[in-house]
Order: sequence, then structure tokens, then C-alpha cells
Amino acid sequence: MRVSTRLRVIRRRLLQALPVLVLATFVVFGLLKLMPGDIAITLAGENATEQRIHEIRELYGLNRPFLVQYGSWLVNAFQGDLSKSLATGEPVAASIARAFPNTLLIVVLAMGVALGLGIPLGLLAASRPDGLRDRVVTSVASLGIAVPNFWLAMILVAWLALDLGWFPATGAVPLKDSIPQSLHHAILPALALAAGGVAEVSRQLRSSLVEILSSPPVRTLRAKGLGAGTILWKHGLKNAGVNLLTVATLLFNRLLAATVVVEAVFAISGMGNLIVNAALTRDLPVVQGVVFVMVLVVITVNLAADLLYTVLDPRIP
Amino acid sequence: MTLHRLLTWLRSDLRAALSLAYLLALLLLALGAPLIAPYPVAAQDVDNTLASPSAAHLLGTDDLGRDVFSRMVHGASATLYASALAVGIALLLGLPVGLLAGTLGGWVDDAISRFIDALLSFPSIVLAIAVTGALGIGLTNGMIAVGIVFSPQLARLVRARALVVRQELYVDASRCFGASTARILWRHLLPNTVQPVIVQVTLLLAAALLAEASLSFLGLGIQPPSPSWGSMLARAYQNMELAPEQMYAPGLAILLTALAFNTLGEALRVALDPTTQR
Repeated sequence: MRVSTRLRVIRRRLLQALPVLVLATFVVFGLLKLMPGDIAITLAGENATEQRIHEIRELYGLNRPFLVQYGSWLVNAFQGDLSKSLATGEPVAASIARAFPNTLLIVVLAMGVALGLGIPLGLLAASRPDGLRDRVVTSVASLGIAVPNFWLAMILVAWLALDLGWFPATGAVPLKDSIPQSLHHAILPALALAAGGVAEVSRQLRSSLVEILSSPPVRTLRAKGLGAGTILWKHGLKNAGVNLLTVATLLFNRLLAATVVVEAVFAISGMGNLIVNAALTRDLPVVQGVVFVMVLVVITVNLAADLLYTVLDPRIP
Repeated sequence: MTLHRLLTWLRSDLRAALSLAYLLALLLLALGAPLIAPYPVAAQDVDNTLASPSAAHLLGTDDLGRDVFSRMVHGASATLYASALAVGIALLLGLPVGLLAGTLGGWVDDAISRFIDALLSFPSIVLAIAVTGALGIGLTNGMIAVGIVFSPQLARLVRARALVVRQELYVDASRCFGASTARILWRHLLPNTVQPVIVQVTLLLAAALLAEASLSFLGLGIQPPSPSWGSMLARAYQNMELAPEQMYAPGLAILLTALAFNTLGEALRVALDPTTQR
């Protein structure tokens, strides 16, 4: 009985994700239609030959109806064929396969920093709401949310890399080449990226804990003489767990966005530099490819989180 | 909110008052930029590049010998214009779509909501970069892109609010008296979304400011010689080894302004929400 309900829930979640996925891919393909003028001429760039323009028209099938173009693009995309770069002729999927691990490394590290610092800070702030520690944590958190993370990245580079020489200022080393080297390069980008995340996690955790701790059942526990620590750990954090999952999912989405600018500061050849250079040169297939992969990752992570909810919280249907 | 209530509120909330004062001062600075800035944006003092602060150049000069203080002042107008443009576009797109979904309900609401979900699945700045790449780089295109990317947030907020108000007894009553859907939308749903929208717009201004700074830093936003704080950081980045102090003024300006918008937004949320006890 229980198992079948759970399966039904999972099936419903999957079915709900499907239209979102279809619409998202539609948006990615639709980027092409935002271009002003004759798309083929714009994409071919200045001084393009007649033949080049014709090639691009063929590549995108621009003479066919829009929905047919979209359909064939989608089928190819899900088979791993994301077309070729207009600038270099390299298959887009290959560039992404090279860039994505570098991005993923700093995003995952930043997630770790954000949760590893944000959760204790949130607990600290919630342990005595409106106390001194709470005020300090909340104020620092507002700074963390407002600071442009690429500026923080520049400061970290200037102080810790250029002045003190503790970390390399630029570049990335793939994990498979050398794990210590790779981590050494990834620490500063991850720290710069994580600032907003630490702030977000601590703030959200604080507010959900404060709400839980002032609820009638917890008040009763306190009246019974249960220690503050036990209440915070056993009743506060356990109940805030579900909220924390929401925060972590949103955080992943935000970090994936923010990494684009931070990568530029550290000259990391990740997804960010790929899409920025492509946008600067109007290399639309690369732009579409990066956006496609990123939105696919986000939708998958959201779906995984949705499924986890049903495990963590039996009340969620 | 009447002027009297506004003043009482500001007196009771110091942080909101400080934020508002800072933002108004910044707006005056931006509007009066040509009068206030001691030098024109592109005026070069080629013998005096990357100079330290002095009486002639309050914040020193950049790598082309241009007065940093003047560029900060001009950058303020570009930055504020860009944020306002992006949020204006988000409002123009998000408000009607959200109202439509919330008012009509049914399959229209389902379709719009799925589309909002889809747009919100994109990491925001990534989609903005992609849209800018398609439209062509430049400050206005970049901010149109940011506006498009932010619009689903407003649409979702307005939709949720309209759905709640639609169920209220007084709306039912007015429907019983024969009010048309259009009238209900105009008289009841729209006015009820104003307060949450004001809060969200204030918070979005901070997000738009950071987005503008990011796009201009990457070279996708404002184009030289016009400065914005983001593009000034890009120049400072290129000269980081020679003159690291160039990065502080633009970065601090972005931080403070985003902080002011966020603080004001949060304070407005508390002040406008009838359920919070004060």
C-alpha cells in the first residue's frame, strides 16, 4: 500500500517535470529567434561569403517551419549532438564535456563551504534570537548577499594570491591530473562563490528555526525543563531539515549562475568562460549548448530534491 | 501611504531611513552627474595614469589617465538607469501575465505557471548572458535580457496574490452584484498586488544592479568609453597587479547600493505586512 502510493508520487513528479523540460528546451531554441535581422547573415558575421551564409541556413534548417526546426534540434540535442561552434567548428558537446568538470568542482566545493559555514552560523543566530550573536550574524549575512561575488574574487586574488602568494591567482587543474593541485586552484574561486551562499543558508535556517522554536510544542518541551541544546538539535534542526533541502536546491541553482562571473576572474576554462566568449562573438550554437546543459542539470537536481522530500517528510503527498 | 505615515515609519526604522536617504542622495548624484563630476567621462590626462588620490583627482586616475571620481559619478547614472530599465521591463512583462493567470485560473493558469516554472529553472545570469548574446551586446540589450529573466518572479508573486484575493468574500459579493471579470481585476485584484509588488521591486533593483555589474564586468553590458561600476571593475581587474586599489571604489559602491535596496525592501516587507506584530 505504502510502496504503491510512493510510486504514484514519483510518477506524478516525473510527469510534472516533463512539461517544464519541454518548455525550457523551447526557450533555449527560441534564443535563435531573438536575433534581429536575417539570422543566417547575422550569425555568419562580417565579410561572410554567400556560401557560408548558405551553410548556416542549412545547419539550422532555417528554410523549414519553426516547429520542425525545433523538433530536429531537440532530437539531436538529446542524442548528444549540440551542433558545432561557428567560430572553431568544434562540436559543442566536446567543448562542454571539457569545461563542465571545472565548473562542477568549484560549485560543489562552494556548496560545501556554504552549508558547512551557513548551518553553524544559522544555529548560532537562532539559539538566542535578537541577541548580540544573532545581530552580528544577520548583519554579516546582509553584506554577504549584497557583495558582488566577482569583486570578492578580485579582493581574494589581490590579497591571498598576489600579495601573500598562498594560492594560484588563475587557472584550473583537472581533478584527474592531480587532486591536491586541483583543490589548491579551486579554493579561492569556491570561497568567492560561497559568500552569498553562506549568507543565504544561515538566514533561511535562522528564520525557520526561530519559527519552530517559538511553536507551542517546543514551548511545552522547554516548560518541561528540556535543555536548550537538546531542543535545538533534536527538535529544531530535525524539523528544519526539509527547509534546508529547499535552500540547498535553490543554492545550487544560484551558484551555477554565479560561477559564470567568478570563472572570468580566475580565467578558469569552465562553462562560464565558454558561454561568455560565445556571447561576445555571437557563437549561438555554443550559447545554446551551455544553457541547454545547465537547465538540464538544474531540472534534474530539482526533481531529485522533490523526490527526496517524499522520503524525508511523510506528510508531503 | 500618506506622507505623515511615511515619516513616522522612517523615524521608527533607522536602517530603512538611512537606506532611503543614501538612495535619494545617489539619485541626485546620478541626475546631476554632468554638473557634479569635475571632469568629462573620457577626458584623459596621459602623463598621469594610475595616479594615487590627490586634490586634483579625489580617487586618483585610471590606466588611461581618466579621473576615477568623475567616472564613479557618471557610472552612478548608468548603473541606476540600467537597474530601473531591467526592473521596469520585468514589471511590464510579469505583472499582466501574473494577473491573467491568477484571475482566469483554469488551463490558462496551468499553461502560464508551467512556463514560469520553466523560466525559473534557468540560472538567471546565464539566461541573461544567452539572451544578450542573441540580441547583441550593449547596456540596453543586456538590461532587456535581465528584465526578461526577472519577469517570472514577479508573475509568480502576482499570480499567487490574485489567486488568494479572488477567493475573498467581498470579491464574491461583487461578483454576485454582476461585476465583470475585468472590473474585478481592476478594482480588487490589481490594488491588492501593489504592496507585495513594491517590496519585490525594491529587492529586484538590488538584483538588477548586481546583474548589470556582472554583465558589464564581462564586457557584455555597457560599452566604452561610457563607464558603469561593473565596467570600471573590469578595467581595475586588468590593472590589478599594478594598481590593486583601483578596485575598491566601484566595488564598495555596488555593495552599498545593493545593500541599501535590500535593506529598504526587507523593511518595507515588514512595514507593509499586516500580519507581522510590531
